[in-house]
Amino acid sequence: MSAFLSSSFMHNIFGGVAQGVVYSLVALSLVIIWQSTHVLNFAQGAMAMFATYVGMTEIDRGIGYWWCVIISVAVGMLLGGLTERVLIRPLYGKPEINPIVVMVGFLGVIEALAAAIWTSTTRNITEPFSQIYYHDHGNLVFVSPFIIYQVILALGIMLIIAALFRFTKLGLQLRASALAPEVSRLLGIRVSRMLTIGWILSAGVGAIAAVIQASGSFGLFPTDMDGIFVAGFIAAAVGGLESPIGAVAGGLLIGLAEQFILAYWSPNVAPLGGIIILVVALMIRPQGLFTKVAGRRV
Amino acid sequence: MITVKDLSVSYGAVRALRGVSFEAPTGQITAVLGANGAGKTTLLRTISGLVTPTSGTVALHDQPLTGLATENIARLGVGHVPEGRGVIEELTVEENLRLGGLSRKIDISAGLADQYARFPILGERRKKLCGTLSGGERQMLAMARALIAKPRVLLLDEPSLGLAPQVTAQLMRTIHDLCESEHLTVMLVEQNAKSALRIAHRAVVLHLGSAVASGDAATVAADDDLRRYYLGVVVE
Repeated sequence: MSAFLSSSFMHNIFGGVAQGVVYSLVALSLVIIWQSTHVLNFAQGAMAMFATYVGMTEIDRGIGYWWCVIISVAVGMLLGGLTERVLIRPLYGKPEINPIVVMVGFLGVIEALAAAIWTSTTRNITEPFSQIYYHDHGNLVFVSPFIIYQVILALGIMLIIAALFRFTKLGLQLRASALAPEVSRLLGIRVSRMLTIGWILSAGVGAIAAVIQASGSFGLFPTDMDGIFVAGFIAAAVGGLESPIGAVAGGLLIGLAEQFILAYWSPNVAPLGGIIILVVALMIRPQGLFTKVAGRRV
Repeated sequence: MITVKDLSVSYGAVRALRGVSFEAPTGQITAVLGANGAGKTTLLRTISGLVTPTSGTVALHDQPLTGLATENIARLGVGHVPEGRGVIEELTVEENLRLGGLSRKIDISAGLADQYARFPILGERRKKLCGTLSGGERQMLAMARALIAKPRVLLLDEPSLGLAPQVTAQLMRTIHDLCESEHLTVMLVEQNAKSALRIAHRAVVLHLGSAVASGDAATVAADDDLRRYYLGVVVE
């Protein structure tokens, strides 16, 4: 057993899952926004990066890692809510390309602003958990405390989001507002508030992804979420944009594909993993792997 | 009581309502009749704040509704069952019902029990997705969802649309009983003038956006000219 856990196959599985959950979080955050406001938020990764900078530079004041995580997420949520209110709200009812253009512009602005404030030098966050692999009778098992931390944190957030949407009054109102805004208003639901809350939740999930990414070996720099965003975006598209489960599965799939391509082919082509999966998925099921085909309408 | 005064609505160059005035008294059913395009749906949508009038006012008792947001009008006790019923197909029957009560300070479990007692079929289907319901079941659900909020006013937009005659007859009886037991102000938009006039106390007839008649349902029903020209009812 221990030989199997130490095999390079399992190394790739663990590594792929660890990176995949980060993609899944980004994909999930994109799906939440897409479902509620039909906006593809191209600045999602950059907004999360910015929030992480605000929170994580607090570590210099010696307040400890966990406080920095909480500050990052809080700032991310605030930024999400403000973005919806200020940048996106005036664009409802306009062509779908308008918010895309605005958010691509916003992406550039945030990254430039981050570089201006904090410089573009990589900052390493003091790791909350060791990145050193566990040993089992002298054999390496390719799991580190940090990998366990990132997988558990990501899965925990996904479960919390799922439970919130599925079981709470707020979740029911969020779903109804996304599915049938006019009917929801007729029932007295404050739909515009629900749209803002959707952006707040989404940006919070994105911030967690950025925190995990920055806490790892790559560190924090103004463009650190660009590649992650692309992979998360592809994951969301593969899952069908409407499906939270599809987004999570898509993220894992891309994480694993990249890892295996990196191991068995070349690190240079690893980012192609996502693209290959996207092309194949679009050929097999253009509507997304996890989207239900429109059902019977009486 | 709903008071509509001099209400006009335009969609661009198209004038959908032209100075409509009438009252829908408390505890009575007011039928709003007329052909396709007469402005019936626009009238209900304007009362609910989904459409902004170019002039005129709507008031619930002494409270002006004109200018309020749709969700706030709903919170004042105006239940609107839209054309096509508006049940959310991707949610279950019970989720749809809960949604109706969320914005009001009511006991939702008691409300659910009330509605399941009134419409037992909804209780049987409570875990089912609404996409699987029949037209009649959807209409019941849409009404129950409005009623769970304990509204003072119920606006019903073509509830009989697409229903079999027996189902329509049953539905009209339910609307009549509800109006009496809950002392509701009901505004019933119908193309099916015959069914609506059977239960209505009062009637307003719209034609190309103008109210061409309003008064006792019995008087409107007895007016052969109205029936022939505006209601499409064959006069023997």
